[in-house]
Amino acid sequence: MSEQDARHKIKDFIMAQFLPGEDPAELTDQTPLISGGILDSIATLQLVMFLEENYKVSFEAYEVDKDNLDTLDLIVRLLATKTRL
Amino acid sequence: MGATTLQRNFVASAHRRPAATAVVEPGLGAIRYDALDALSDRMRDWLVSAGVGRGDRVGLFMRKSVDTLAALLGTLKAGAAYVPVDSTAPAARGAYILHNCEVKALVAEAELLPRLQAELSALGAAPRLLPVAQGGSPGAGLAAALDGAGALQTSDTVESDAEDLAYILYTSGSTGRPKGVMLTQRNAVSFVDWCSEVFEPCKDDRVSSHAPFHFDLSILDLHLCFKHAATLVLINEDIGKDAPRLARLIADERISIWYSAPSILALLAQFGDLARHDYSALRQVLFAGEVFAVKHLRALGRQLPIPRYFNLYGPTETNVCTWYEVCMPVPEDRTKPYPIGHVCSHLKARVLDEAGAEVARGSEGELCIAGPGVMQGYWSLPEQTARGFWTGTAGQRWYRTGDIVTEDADGCYTYLGRRDRMVKRRGYRIELGEIEAALYKHPRVKEAAVVALPDADAGVIIVAHLAAHDGKPPGLIEMKRHCSQNMPLYMIPDRFAWQPSLPKTSTDKIDYQGLKALG
Repeated sequence: MSEQDARHKIKDFIMAQFLPGEDPAELTDQTPLISGGILDSIATLQLVMFLEENYKVSFEAYEVDKDNLDTLDLIVRLLATKTRL
Repeated sequence: MGATTLQRNFVASAHRRPAATAVVEPGLGAIRYDALDALSDRMRDWLVSAGVGRGDRVGLFMRKSVDTLAALLGTLKAGAAYVPVDSTAPAARGAYILHNCEVKALVAEAELLPRLQAELSALGAAPRLLPVAQGGSPGAGLAAALDGAGALQTSDTVESDAEDLAYILYTSGSTGRPKGVMLTQRNAVSFVDWCSEVFEPCKDDRVSSHAPFHFDLSILDLHLCFKHAATLVLINEDIGKDAPRLARLIADERISIWYSAPSILALLAQFGDLARHDYSALRQVLFAGEVFAVKHLRALGRQLPIPRYFNLYGPTETNVCTWYEVCMPVPEDRTKPYPIGHVCSHLKARVLDEAGAEVARGSEGELCIAGPGVMQGYWSLPEQTARGFWTGTAGQRWYRTGDIVTEDADGCYTYLGRRDRMVKRRGYRIELGEIEAALYKHPRVKEAAVVALPDADAGVIIVAHLAAHDGKPPGLIEMKRHCSQNMPLYMIPDRFAWQPSLPKTSTDKIDYQGLKALG
């Protein structure tokens, strides 16, 4: 799976779960997710579970925060360090 | 000399200033104090001949008019209590109210009567009826109806006792059935006297009557105005919510004391185009009934900097019980709503916890009120009445407002929210009003109302119902970003539902029950 595929898939997940009805073009690679109020703590955990299940990776507790998961870019970058995207 | 009563105040004014204008019905004309006094005397005579006396109730099922006011004053002069019923609400609701408090007589607008009568008959209620057709000038409809009743024996105006009921106002009950708040002459007169002390009205004042008569704001409008022989300007429903027309009417009628719910003033500030008119007569703007969103109050003060502004607070059960004068201009950086202020001088206030014990000053608790303004109880609902009060050690009854407040060091109360609008989510205590205040900070948000709905998984889900300026709502990402900058993450609503405008109750408050039903 390419990085582009992962990006699309994660974006689709966020759109469907947390932004129903929103225009997909509004969610860019740099849209702040946690600091922008889109993902609260429970939503962030749901995203992590989604990533862990789909990419067979695991996250350390310290990684699950705004510094690593605040934008699609950051999420894909962190995922790339754990898999061979 | 008997007790001071509403009818005695009115009659004294009519004798003092017979030729002064008592009431203006814009577009239709005006009526003088002597004419209104005479017409309400005839109404009294009809009621007395119908067997109405002290302790009875008389229903008023009419739109706002001089006819209605004369019927209302005639009811008081007969020693009875008036029961104003919302004639725009479904007839079944009106019939329920009139049947519930067993009105002995009913003055109703002729064209509204057939449907109401069908509902009343179904309940087995048969009050004496006086149908009133609309007349061509103020008071002409009622005069014609009384002419039709034939010659009546003249009676005297009844000297009511201070503990006699003056009116019953029905408010929506949590059970879905409206409940009748019973207010005595003492309740009403003590409140009106307090208004005299604070607002110092004079005979030259022109007082707005914006609220419908079944809404407790009308008590100040009518009875304060009549006590001081000032002029009441009736504002009917169709113009009452039309900001540009209303803005012109306030200027043209040279209204000097304005009183309404904040939502109307917010509309005026946004769409009234106030700069086009002359408001030099307007000296006081009073508002009550809900929290005035600060940004709209700021905008209003910017356009109308001269009048004094008063935030009045109080449930129907006590009428106004705290007040706060807002100094203009509202600072640019202020976002917090203004406090509800100090307790009125004729009442006493305490902040009590859930066990009825007084909390330390500064702590949160329920605002409870005692004194001569506090209602007698709910009509034929002894259990609900009992639940509505704490009884103090000295036997004093403290009405529980259901509102959570704190008291500052200077005795000023700050409203935090409804007892029943506090919800817990993920262990956090959330005041839904706080979310609303934050939503209002968004420049595109015109109206915001937040409800909590039960949810099997989360306990509650929080839904923000919103209306946008120009009807173009911002996107979800934009709203969530705004929320994240203005509230803790756990308070961010789960859903944002946009509507052209939020549903309102007949008293112009946001209809939370209706919003909850929307889901």
